[in-house]
Amino acid sequence: MTDDIRQLSAQYAADPTSLVFLRLGEALRHRGQLDAALKVALGGLGRYPHLPDAHDLYARVLADRHDYATAFDEWDTVLRLSPHHLGAHKGIGFLYYRAGEPEHALYHLRLAAELDPGDAGLRAAVERVAGGREIWDTPVPVAPPVREAEPMEASVAASEPFVGLEGAHDRLLLVDQDGLRLGGGLLGPDGQDVSEVAGAVLAGTAREAARAARLLELGEWTHLALEASEVGVCLLNPTADTSLVAVMDAGLPAGQLTFFAERAAKAARTWLERVR
Amino acid sequence: MTGQYGPLLETLTRLRGIRGAMVVALGDGLVVAESLMGGVKGPALAAMGASVASKAAELAGRAGFGPPRFLHLQASDGSLLVAPAGGDLVLVAIAGRDVPLGLLRLEMLRLAERLA
Repeated sequence: MTDDIRQLSAQYAADPTSLVFLRLGEALRHRGQLDAALKVALGGLGRYPHLPDAHDLYARVLADRHDYATAFDEWDTVLRLSPHHLGAHKGIGFLYYRAGEPEHALYHLRLAAELDPGDAGLRAAVERVAGGREIWDTPVPVAPPVREAEPMEASVAASEPFVGLEGAHDRLLLVDQDGLRLGGGLLGPDGQDVSEVAGAVLAGTAREAARAARLLELGEWTHLALEASEVGVCLLNPTADTSLVAVMDAGLPAGQLTFFAERAAKAARTWLERVR
Repeated sequence: MTGQYGPLLETLTRLRGIRGAMVVALGDGLVVAESLMGGVKGPALAAMGASVASKAAELAGRAGFGPPRFLHLQASDGSLLVAPAGGDLVLVAIAGRDVPLGLLRLEMLRLAERLA
């Protein structure tokens, strides 16, 4: 054990309610002692559930442990508590970049660079993500970018609800209340078309989710997220008589999956209004 | 059985916003152990936790998604969370609004691993 960790551990042991857990957790993380860092972060978060820095520390440890989904949610929590939190913007920027979402990554990293203009490494990261574009003269957008073009009114095809969306034919499936396919499609991890077999149980699963929310007095259900070994799945009802499933690779942030599903649901509603 | 699982469930129900947790048999929704706050309908929670888990497992199985690891039903006033705990058992929790879901998920996965 190094001197700084020894000293911080002693301070933490002497007063477990103090904020020294933030420095101790970070020191342990830097030393690669991730199990110990996680324990310290969770202990601190238990005492200070509304402290942005406690969530930030927890998220950093999770990211080091490659649990990117939970880290994303934790940094998302930080930004709800503290919208100008430097660490959270850097962290979410990194996760978006890793997930292949450079525009979202750039948005958060630029906000971070504005918060800490002296961080040369951060400026270099922004320039790398920007891919050579001249970006410092343009202001940071006031809101995160929209990922792809919204389905254009004029181009909504009668046969396809998810035109223009990523995964329109293999990761998004819309079914009616009998489980019959209305649009999109699903491919299993082995490349097989599983739209029909999944559709057969999709509507029933959505009905069961609605029933559970009602019987447990949880209010209106919004979505059901399923973490499986191969993929992450989000199920929701775009309208009262349709169900939609969205599939992403396992390990991507849960918030990103929900966002993806909600955008697909919006596209499905637009399409249903046109074709009905 | 409840005595064996009780202390484990209490580590979960001590978390902010958690209204109850149970170990439930997936096949018939029977309660193996529970730690619930007043007002939580235990039999309904057990039945619905098992039922939603079964449906999700069927969906995952048919589509080749692989075995479910964690389930999160989000509703306007709270959440139902389920983690398979090995064999026929599932760990079920009910939470109110504004809970630290990431922390809760991690704790449930850890607990489910210990139960397995």
